[in-house]
Amino acid sequence: MRALTWHGKHDVRMETVPDPEIINPRDAIIKVTSTAICGSDLHLYDSIIPSLMPGDILGHEFMGEVVDVGKGNDRLKVGDRVVVPFTISCGKCYFCQKEQYSACDNSNPAEKADMSEIMYGHPMSGLFGYSHLTGGYSGGQAEYVRVPYSDFGPIVVPDGLEDDKVLFLSDILPTGWMAAENAEIEPGDIVAVWGCGPVGLFAIQSCLVLGAHRVIAIDHHPHRLELAKTMGAEIINYHDVKVREALDEMTGGVGPDAVIDAVGLESHGFAIDNVIDAVKVASKVLGTDRAHVLREAILACRKGGRVSVPGVYGGFADKFPVGALMEKGLSVRTGQTHVQRYSEQLLEMIGEGKIDTTFLISHRLPLEEAPNGYKMFKERQNEVTKVVLKTPAARGAVQ
Amino acid sequence: MSSENLEKLQQSDAPASTAVHQRDVGKEEAAAQEWKTAALVGRTVTVNKPRQELYAFWRDFNNLARFLENIESVQVKDPRVSHWTVKAPAGQTVQWDAAITEEQPDRLIAWESAPDAQIKHAGRVEFLDAPPGRGTWVRVTLAYEPPAGELGKAIAKLFQKEPKMQARRDLRRFKQLMETGEISTSARCRQQAQT
Ligand SMILES: NC(=O)c1ccc[n+]([C@@H]2O[C@H](COP(=O)([O-])OP(=O)(O)OC[C@H]3O[C@@H](n4cnc5c(N)ncnc54)[C@H](O)[C@@H]3O)[C@@H](O)[C@H]2O)c1
Ligand SMILES: [Zn+2]
Ligand SMILES: [Zn+2]
Repeated sequence: MRALTWHGKHDVRMETVPDPEIINPRDAIIKVTSTAICGSDLHLYDSIIPSLMPGDILGHEFMGEVVDVGKGNDRLKVGDRVVVPFTISCGKCYFCQKEQYSACDNSNPAEKADMSEIMYGHPMSGLFGYSHLTGGYSGGQAEYVRVPYSDFGPIVVPDGLEDDKVLFLSDILPTGWMAAENAEIEPGDIVAVWGCGPVGLFAIQSCLVLGAHRVIAIDHHPHRLELAKTMGAEIINYHDVKVREALDEMTGGVGPDAVIDAVGLESHGFAIDNVIDAVKVASKVLGTDRAHVLREAILACRKGGRVSVPGVYGGFADKFPVGALMEKGLSVRTGQTHVQRYSEQLLEMIGEGKIDTTFLISHRLPLEEAPNGYKMFKERQNEVTKVVLKTPAARGAVQ
Repeated sequence: MSSENLEKLQQSDAPASTAVHQRDVGKEEAAAQEWKTAALVGRTVTVNKPRQELYAFWRDFNNLARFLENIESVQVKDPRVSHWTVKAPAGQTVQWDAAITEEQPDRLIAWESAPDAQIKHAGRVEFLDAPPGRGTWVRVTLAYEPPAGELGKAIAKLFQKEPKMQARRDLRRFKQLMETGEISTSARCRQQAQT
């Protein structure tokens, strides 16, 4: 089959590799129709997240048709149309039963789990197309994918809803939703969202659905900010405005009730802390994340407010404002998204037309052009808001 | 010095495998087993299944090779004695007999290698109730005598380079098998899965 493989910093290629096969009883093989490039893929593209190996197949936002199922799978059948969550979850462990699916205790293979246990204290769950820290599973930017524990994760979608409407159930839509849920919004609340990429935009949409009084969006790409405005947010371009001063002025001097960091460890900008962090990252000695947005969000947040962090971090942060966190009595909620927790609910809202996801897609490309898709998404962020790749198996595929 | 450290250790509730002064713990273990030296490895894992079920699976030693990575096979010879085969470098195998030394149904199994075994070790698995609704704590403690000589070195490479890591991985596999019915792999095709 054809697949997008990683070979090093800014080096991804389309290659022909062996097809996946059923290995375990609960597996299924999915023939991919649509698959997207995520902001998390850019961290891999930029070689910021450790532990990828040349030849690894990327991609964790994908959907398609079931073409083979293992003996132990009594839920999926050949021909089902499914969206696959990027988090691999067994459905049986303590964490899965608590609906903390991205904390699944079993999906990271035993021999791969040591590294994250050492780095984070406990092993991470398995994720598709990410790092070997999270299992090194082959990803979805390919014609076929082996999906483990497929009797639990994938959600069957009705034929009437086309790919572009449901594809984002795999990751960014529930990620934006969980970011808003983690903000614990109360009536009258003003929420500030850093980053107007797909995650930030869906977080804005979700905050408003969940009853936020106002949402303030922060980015510097005019087109992305424009999209945020269309969704109903007020906007701040951090190139033109001092973010913290503006947030105070726009909240009567109180600060936002909740802050959402939808940027993560690759924040841009020329704030002094960010420049120091960037030098450290480049030197690769200290291995610190660029936590500029997280610092700014914590300082901006009102006393007793909530800090929600969907943005990805991988290592350590310097000059973390632990004093502000404690003295202001903030609470922090974060994590890779517990995708399966939200699948049904969000699918229903899409069906009812309460949530639209297609506005986000700026580019549709054939899978073969994936390397170009990465380059565009990386270099032309302003107008390239989301790239969806179509395989030859997609209905009306762009070839 | 050692007895003082051991006395202090016994005042805390943590298992001996977590002691700072591992050498002292090893000495005591060696004395108990009548070995020259000993090392102790311990690891606890929570499994979301009742004690009875986990005990029954483990007690059938034929099952052990399904989740112990380096063990090629364990064959049950009689209710107490089993025969273990381990893959060694250059296509060789190392084999020995082990006998059950203690068992308490649904609670504990302890075993020990035969006196002439090349890898002298004693193992113990305890099945403890986790907090209500949280399944079972499975605690494995392994004591072994680091083997000497050329063969010893070869075995050490395979079996004992990182016994702690090995125990950790093996218990993860046990948990996966018990909870999900299979052992997780990120291999894409069967050929990858075998290597
Ligand atoms: N928690 C999860 O499960 C999960 C899932 C998906 C994505 N993510 C993460 O969410 C983050 C966002 O993903 P995305 O797909 O939207 O990425 P993206 O790269 O498309 O968007 C990031 C946006 O942040 C903006 N930004 C950068 N620096 C900023 C600053 N200092 N202040 C304000 N805005 C700034 C950028 O201009 C860009 O528009 C990434 O870190 C991604 O890895 C997490
Ligand atoms: Zn993603
Ligand atoms: Zn699980």
